[in-house]
Amino acid sequence: MFDNFPLWPARASTAAGNVDALYIFLIIVSGMMTLLVFTAIVIFAARYRHRRGVLAEQIEGSIPLEVTWSIIPLGVFMVIFVWGAVVYFHSRTPPRDATDVYVVAKQWMWKLQHAEGQREINSLHIPVDRDVRLIMTSQDVIHSFFVPAFRMKQDVLPGRYTTAWFHATKAGTYHLFCAEYCGTQHSGMIGDIVVMEPAQYEAWMSGGNTGPLSATGEKLFAELGCATCHRSDTQGRGPNLQGVFGKPVQLQDGRMVTADENYIRESILDPGSKIVNGFKPVMPTFQGLVNEEQVNALVAYVKSLSGASAVKTNTAMAQPTAPAKGNQVQ
Amino acid sequence: MSDSQATAQTSVHEDLHSPALLHHFATEEQQRNASSFGMWIFLGTEVMFFGGLFVSYLIYRLWYFGDFGAASKSIDAGLGATNTAVLICSSLTVVLAIWGAQIANRKLMIGSLILTMLFGLAFLGIKGKEYKDKFEEHHVPGASFSFEKVPIPGHPDQYANPRHAQIFFALYFVMTGLHALHMVVGLGIFTWLLIMAWKGRFTPEYHTPLEIGGLYWHFVDIIWIYLFPLLYLIDRHP
Amino acid sequence: MSMATPIVTPVEREDYLNKEYGVASWLLTTDHKRIALLYLISITFFFFIGGFFALLIRLELLTPAGDLVQADTYNKLFTMHGQVMVFFFLIPSIPAVLGNFLIPMMIGAKDLAFPRINLLSWYLYIIAGIMMLHCILTGGVDTGWTFYTPFSTAFSNTKVIEAGLAIFVSGFSSILTGLNFVVTIHRMRAPGMTWSRLPLFVWSHYATSIIQILGTPVIAITLVLVVAERALHLGIFDPKLGGDPLLFQHLFWFYSHPAVYIMILPSMGVVSEVIACFSRKRIFGYHFVALSSLAIAVFGFLVWAHHMFVAGISVYAALVFSLLSYSVAVPSAVKVFNWTATLYKGSIHYDAPMLYAFGFLGLFTMGGLTGLFLAALGIDVHVTDTYFVVAHFHYIMVGGALMGYLGGLHFWWPKISGRLYPEGWARLAALIVFVGFNLTFFPQFILGYVGMPRRYYQYPGEFQVLNVMSTAGATVLGIGYLLPMIYFLWSMRYGKPAPDNPWKAAGLEWQTQSPPTTFNFEKEPVVTWEAYNYDEIDTGHKEEVKVVG
Repeated sequence: MFDNFPLWPARASTAAGNVDALYIFLIIVSGMMTLLVFTAIVIFAARYRHRRGVLAEQIEGSIPLEVTWSIIPLGVFMVIFVWGAVVYFHSRTPPRDATDVYVVAKQWMWKLQHAEGQREINSLHIPVDRDVRLIMTSQDVIHSFFVPAFRMKQDVLPGRYTTAWFHATKAGTYHLFCAEYCGTQHSGMIGDIVVMEPAQYEAWMSGGNTGPLSATGEKLFAELGCATCHRSDTQGRGPNLQGVFGKPVQLQDGRMVTADENYIRESILDPGSKIVNGFKPVMPTFQGLVNEEQVNALVAYVKSLSGASAVKTNTAMAQPTAPAKGNQVQ
Repeated sequence: MSDSQATAQTSVHEDLHSPALLHHFATEEQQRNASSFGMWIFLGTEVMFFGGLFVSYLIYRLWYFGDFGAASKSIDAGLGATNTAVLICSSLTVVLAIWGAQIANRKLMIGSLILTMLFGLAFLGIKGKEYKDKFEEHHVPGASFSFEKVPIPGHPDQYANPRHAQIFFALYFVMTGLHALHMVVGLGIFTWLLIMAWKGRFTPEYHTPLEIGGLYWHFVDIIWIYLFPLLYLIDRHP
Repeated sequence: MSMATPIVTPVEREDYLNKEYGVASWLLTTDHKRIALLYLISITFFFFIGGFFALLIRLELLTPAGDLVQADTYNKLFTMHGQVMVFFFLIPSIPAVLGNFLIPMMIGAKDLAFPRINLLSWYLYIIAGIMMLHCILTGGVDTGWTFYTPFSTAFSNTKVIEAGLAIFVSGFSSILTGLNFVVTIHRMRAPGMTWSRLPLFVWSHYATSIIQILGTPVIAITLVLVVAERALHLGIFDPKLGGDPLLFQHLFWFYSHPAVYIMILPSMGVVSEVIACFSRKRIFGYHFVALSSLAIAVFGFLVWAHHMFVAGISVYAALVFSLLSYSVAVPSAVKVFNWTATLYKGSIHYDAPMLYAFGFLGLFTMGGLTGLFLAALGIDVHVTDTYFVVAHFHYIMVGGALMGYLGGLHFWWPKISGRLYPEGWARLAALIVFVGFNLTFFPQFILGYVGMPRRYYQYPGEFQVLNVMSTAGATVLGIGYLLPMIYFLWSMRYGKPAPDNPWKAAGLEWQTQSPPTTFNFEKEPVVTWEAYNYDEIDTGHKEEVKVVG
């Protein structure tokens, strides 16, 4: 529609239609409201133009009118709010078995790692009709992963993961923009989302890879000595990680947290902040010893120990759902 | 705060008012009320100013509960308590100075003003000692910060995270530093009040500058009364 | 048809302008009217600096490639455009110029409650302005006016500390102005000037002042923390040191959202005065309009995180802030309806101030409606951080606040200067501004929705057409702003002398001389009439000014 003068980007995801529908509704509502007010102004300004000998009529006000034009707009606003909230909830709730892609943003490029192992820079190849969840972090400042065609945007923060998801519906190449000002080449941090038909995607995938991300993680797990304490029996000095991902964990101080991506990440980089009940605080920190991509690989490995990438969080924010602690402000 | 104060006494006041009445005011009462109201509003802005720091402190305290406890334990609560007593006494002397003006007791007024300032200086001196201690213990945030192997109160087998403790100290220095800055300004204000008092500018009918200077001093005192327990007294286990 | 009926005054009367001459009499004045003029000159200066930056931005955006300036320069341009326009133009504009000048007269007082603090406010503004100018001239700052961490504290190589301190100082100027207004409005009203008789201009400044008093200290402390963190590597906002970048955003927006109401409320006050005068009737629903100003001030403090919907806050927090954001839209809508209803059965004149008021009504309505888009979570995810937001806030701040400011300047110009501006040129300028404005900013709504992010100096080619339209509009807009500069200056020397009340407007300020004397009123007025008593004024009954003495 409007090929030469588009009013909206291509609709290439399941969310796009929902967002555009609300947008069009808002345009209609605003248009009607604008028309109403403008018409009233124009008519009154013309009709009640100053004429010699004709005085203005002093009208104090009208409480019924005030109530009416407060309640009706409020009602309309509530409809908009609810509709917007519903669209938002849907776009922030990734489906259970979405494919993971890890994203590391840095000044001024996007680095992406597929769960199957492919690495990409500034581009993301994905198949049509698959749920994809992005697990993102930044190496330096705040960035934002923005794909207009998917109507999707999520800030990418240093120090924690944020997540977003989409379901592409149309093959094609779409813009990826950084949408949070991040310095000199902020406007150069542009990439491509390449949505392919499944067959093409398989072909692309098989063209050279380093093995699944979780396998890289498994190797790191051994190399860094994690296996020494995190044994797969109950004799280790650290908790057994088999099946731990996505499950509740009881901490030493009595709190219950969910072992999501942020929890795993924090356990690697700041292990003293949450001690599992029954264990001693002896794990050293790996801050500075692993980079973001390696953390991603380790997280992918721990997730793989729970079978499918099943995540029980029902928000797209990979945050503990228990009382929050850790470096995030809610 | 009542509504419109201005009564219609505009035209023949020139011979009947204190030299301190400013001419855009109709009466001395209006001027006094306006000055007092203005100072209260200013103190409201100060509450919001410190408020941002208190909010930041509360959030990090919740997140880094044990680490903040450990860091708090390392600052000297005895010195802090002494300072609290010093400030409370100084607020008393401020009130005495105002009372001295109200009953035209020049010695009481000026003596109390001087005592107030001495207490203020004592406060700053003790604060200086505390800062010096922190400097020597390498608890000042920055390149030489060190907070290794400090146990978390109540959890002797756990050590505080130095990065989180550093945030405590960052907030400690900013909050107490800002407070100390306000004390210095307060001392400046009181120097000026002392000079005015010495020159005999204050009478039982007019001593508004003393009152609003006093309000400011009490406010600085109250900020400290919040700072002290939050910074010094959390997680003090026997 | 113009209402101004010029009367040539043969004898030069003493007024606040000619009472004393000399630089010292201006720089050491405590007369609120002179201070207002000092502000007028200073903020106009900064307006043109900010405008110059905007011009460069729009020129760069004519082409998709970054070919006019370097990337770093462009980043400094949009940062400093924002900082200068927000902190050194919009926030002071109406309160410091028109508020300072008019509020004492509108309530029947000789001056503000604290004239020396008023002068101090201006000096703080000037000191801050000099610091900002120095920052600009010695390299500038490139963090965006929003100073997001950790970029501003740990990554930017520009003069963040200096800019932060400049804004810190300017904040105190704002706080003291607000403090002065609140005490003045409470304590210095003339006999008979009850709260219900206050002009709506005073009500809107009262609400504005509350926001200035409560909100500005929060950005002050936030900037202190940013400066401290940058200078001393503290770690409060830096995740690498255990801090939280979102804490900065919460603290920043806690002020910066109410700040936008500081920028719009005074303008709404101007619009009320102008519409009442040029419709010759009382504002419809006076009490509702007055209370809606207070409602906006209160609700404005509850919605800050709608700037953070995709920043990493929880879904539940987002829901709460979205809901609250709709609540603040209601009082604004109520005002628009009341102003429109005032036109009904009025007797409407189309002088330049009224044209600006009409412009305000149209543009503020459009800008406000697009706020509904942004408050809708589902839409905001797509359009936040794009040109849609840029268009939205420019509609409100330029199409709203600036139109109100210009309308107010024109309306009260005869009172301020004792001269009439040329009406024909003024109407032309108003039209040019309106057309230029829409041409500049309407395409940006579309640009945003099709996906162009903000703060981009190079962009994909398909965005060019809309950018070119926007830049074309900007040049027209610029001309529209230059015209009043020229003819206001012209009028100070060559304009017809103004009568004391050329518009036959209601309000105590019009019962003073044009220009007023230093102490405004010969004798303190006693008010026995309601606000906007246009019926009394127009039916030929003698204007009832009871005088004591």
